[in-house]
Amino acid sequence: MNDDSSHSSRRRGTPAAGMEPRLRGDAATRLGAIPRRLMALVWKEWLQIVRDPSSILIAVVLPLILLFLFGYGVSFDLKDSPVCVVIEQPSAPAAGLAASFHASRFFKADTATSTGRCIDELVAGRLNGVVVIPSDFAERLAGGDLAPVQILVDGSDPNTAGLMENYLAGTFRTWMSIDADMRGQAAAQRIGVVSRTWYNPAKESRRFLLPGLVAIIMTLIGTMLTSLVVSREWERGTMEAMMATPLTLPELVLGKLIPYYLLGMAAMAATTAITMLQFGVPFRGSIWALAGVTSIFLLTTLGQGLVISSLARNQFVATQAALFSAFLPGFLLSGLVYEIGSMPWPIRLATYLVPARYYVPSLQTLFLAGDEPGVLWPNSLAMLIIATVFFTVVVRKTPRRLDE
Amino acid sequence: MSALIRIEAVSKRFSGQPQPAIDGLSVEFDAGRVNGLVGPDGAGKTTLIRLMAGLLVPSSGSVRVAGLDPVAEATELRAAVAYMPQRFGLYEDLSVMENLALYADIRGVRGAERRRRFDELLAFTQLAHFTDRLAGRLSGGMKQKLGLACALVKVPKLLLLDEPSVGVDPISRRELWRMAAELVGQGIAVIWSTAYLDEAEKCDQVLLLNAGRALFAGPPAQLTAELAGRSFLVHGLGAARRAVLEHALDHPAVIDGFVQGASLRLVLGPRAQPPTVEELRAPAGARVVPAPPRFEDAFIAHLDQRVHPHTAYAERQAIGAVGTVTVSARGLTKRFGDFTAAEDISFMIHGGEIFGLLGPNGAGKSTTFKMLCGLLKPSRGTASVSGFDLLTAASQARARIGYMAQKFSLYGDLSVRQNLDFFAGIYGLRRRRGPLIDRVVDAFGLAPYLNADAGGLPLGFKQRLALACATMHDPAVLFLDEPTSGVDPLTRREFWSHINALVGRGVTVVVTTHFMDEAEYCDRIGLVYRGRIVAEGPPERLKADAGVGSLEEAFISLVEGQEDAV
Repeated sequence: MNDDSSHSSRRRGTPAAGMEPRLRGDAATRLGAIPRRLMALVWKEWLQIVRDPSSILIAVVLPLILLFLFGYGVSFDLKDSPVCVVIEQPSAPAAGLAASFHASRFFKADTATSTGRCIDELVAGRLNGVVVIPSDFAERLAGGDLAPVQILVDGSDPNTAGLMENYLAGTFRTWMSIDADMRGQAAAQRIGVVSRTWYNPAKESRRFLLPGLVAIIMTLIGTMLTSLVVSREWERGTMEAMMATPLTLPELVLGKLIPYYLLGMAAMAATTAITMLQFGVPFRGSIWALAGVTSIFLLTTLGQGLVISSLARNQFVATQAALFSAFLPGFLLSGLVYEIGSMPWPIRLATYLVPARYYVPSLQTLFLAGDEPGVLWPNSLAMLIIATVFFTVVVRKTPRRLDE
Repeated sequence: MSALIRIEAVSKRFSGQPQPAIDGLSVEFDAGRVNGLVGPDGAGKTTLIRLMAGLLVPSSGSVRVAGLDPVAEATELRAAVAYMPQRFGLYEDLSVMENLALYADIRGVRGAERRRRFDELLAFTQLAHFTDRLAGRLSGGMKQKLGLACALVKVPKLLLLDEPSVGVDPISRRELWRMAAELVGQGIAVIWSTAYLDEAEKCDQVLLLNAGRALFAGPPAQLTAELAGRSFLVHGLGAARRAVLEHALDHPAVIDGFVQGASLRLVLGPRAQPPTVEELRAPAGARVVPAPPRFEDAFIAHLDQRVHPHTAYAERQAIGAVGTVTVSARGLTKRFGDFTAAEDISFMIHGGEIFGLLGPNGAGKSTTFKMLCGLLKPSRGTASVSGFDLLTAASQARARIGYMAQKFSLYGDLSVRQNLDFFAGIYGLRRRRGPLIDRVVDAFGLAPYLNADAGGLPLGFKQRLALACATMHDPAVLFLDEPTSGVDPLTRREFWSHINALVGRGVTVVVTTHFMDEAEYCDRIGLVYRGRIVAEGPPERLKADAGVGSLEEAFISLVEGQEDAV
């Protein structure tokens, strides 16, 4: 019992006070040992991450799949959408209008002389829209009249339908104004709207989807992976063995926090690099702001992961809890995929509890606009509040004994 | 010597459980001793150990370990106490050395002290050649030794071991005892909880727990001495011993009885006369002779619970023909890459025979077992059951097999009835399902639990249900994979009485086990070592060949004989 005498000589007078003196006593008397123990825990965690295929899957493979899926597969832009232009009565203006549909990169247009077949194709889902140029189109146009066309879209998917309608009508209006110009009827169009889209002039959806995806990847690592590894320690009995050693609660918590924080930051750097280099998304903010905001967001996800794992002690429940409380809300309620402003108010209120709701706009701003204090500060503050709540729960609820 | 651990009037209740896990227990443990903690499953052994480790807070009463309160003075306590939980507390993705280094860093062992301690521990546990191997790839015995080494990186005052020998072969168990004895020699107190009663016999002090209370505390010899004159062996029974056991257990004087090799061991009630050969309906030439009592006899006598379930199975028609070959293995070989797990294994097993596969962890007995019941395809050789080849006529062969896995593969969230329904379904017993289920429910006394979830059943009932599920379709051959690993003697006795009834009807039983008393139930044993069968025969003959008195010694000497030959 060589060096145990030094510990017993420091026995404290108020054993009944429970955990408090234990934590304080440790900090005071073993300052030298703490970094060493912490280092040992972090190193252990690192070795486990590297050697466990499921950690690699969640931390590397899944983010890459998401990134390429969103980079190449998911797009909210129209491109080569199949439409049919029906010319009921051939005329020069009708041919001109049809040509402008053909020329558009948004559509892949076909021409027909009657609506019958086109409607069938629309119903069968092979066409996304039909433009009917009526037989009196040229006459009414020449008469300076309003010359309407009929636009039919498949409304079964309202999003696509709205998009189609806008793009088809837009193409028609553009052709109208050019046509009027050419025929010297500029007077008819005194007031024109010239719109310019800032930050994402090409209106490519990948430019706001990919930066937002960083939030989902951080959630995977922070919440899913963390709750998984902690619940695994419960399942395999290593948590019990750890609790029987002189490790303190802060050491146990930091021992999980540090490695997954570093892993999260590395994933953020890699994701940002791929987003910029592979997908050509610009990054207009500063790296320091990105690192700062990401750190704060990681604290919320790590806190959530630790809260889940202090409640759920098996891997299956932990995964499900992480999926439904972090991953899916991160996707659906963060404004990444669905516009928060158009949600019903109870759901809009619920989004305020989702940390990703603050992180996604911060990321989109950093990538596309730059360091905008007006966006970054309020969002960071909100995330800090959420992180504080999670860590209060972690410190209160992380069991120090098996019957807690 | 003053006690190192004082437990005074301690109770521990868990919410949602009607009975306290520890019920007003007062006991002391001394330093420099191996203190055995013995009792059936659910007796409170693990709870008591966790109370001493400061992992649980007592509901009432006081625990003092080396003068410390395990809860209020947790830091000091944890520096002085080493604890090895049931699953050893090892990180499976870390190597042997990385696990050791982690625990050394946590316990602040470094510099020259660390190097010296590592050398000592690696020599002590004979793990020096395996420092780079991942803990998850170690055999059960090696994991256990590594778990112990990790607990001991810093010399403790108290070492708590929670069922360290479950699922570990006799050789590793003997080494663990050697290590414990060495620690005790250094003045460390060891608390060793176990359901193996031959281990309890080796302890300096024993606490016999049942339902959270102490039935006995003191040297095991004292408990055994109380049984003087009440233990008997019945010799000269031959093949009739299982039938005679049935009669013996019905005898009013007999409180316990079981097969021990070619003989029967009987324990009598207090002041009872031993049964005569006629009363036992034993064959001519049988003799009832007094035997020195064993700790297990005393344990059963103290628990005062007779286990002799009358299974309706015994009265039913025979399934297999006694004496015909039911299981045959010819030249079974299994290779995993370069590694040969089993090589040229051949044997024949007859109807109504119990065949035991024994061997150290990692010797190839599980591989052999899995090839026999069609779970693994042999690289070479054939296995057949009731004449059907497991490869070419797999479905006919499997219809004649009952299989009970180590951890009873039951669906915990389904009720007993639903489990039975499910297994009846997968055996294709559609039309006969109703009567067959009624029959096993009756035979195993499952009626009171029909609607209870299988996961919440008491261990003994789980085991009965698993056996019911495995035998519902009247298989000719029953495969049991470590059926009573970690199970207490009472539950084990009950289990074997069911097996005896099945064997009486001509069923062939193939069993793997680490438990030497269980091996004594077998008619024949095949000892597997390094992928080969190195010895085969009845337990008596193996003992005679090795020139030793117990099967455990025979096992060790046969395996070590092979080791020397290599």
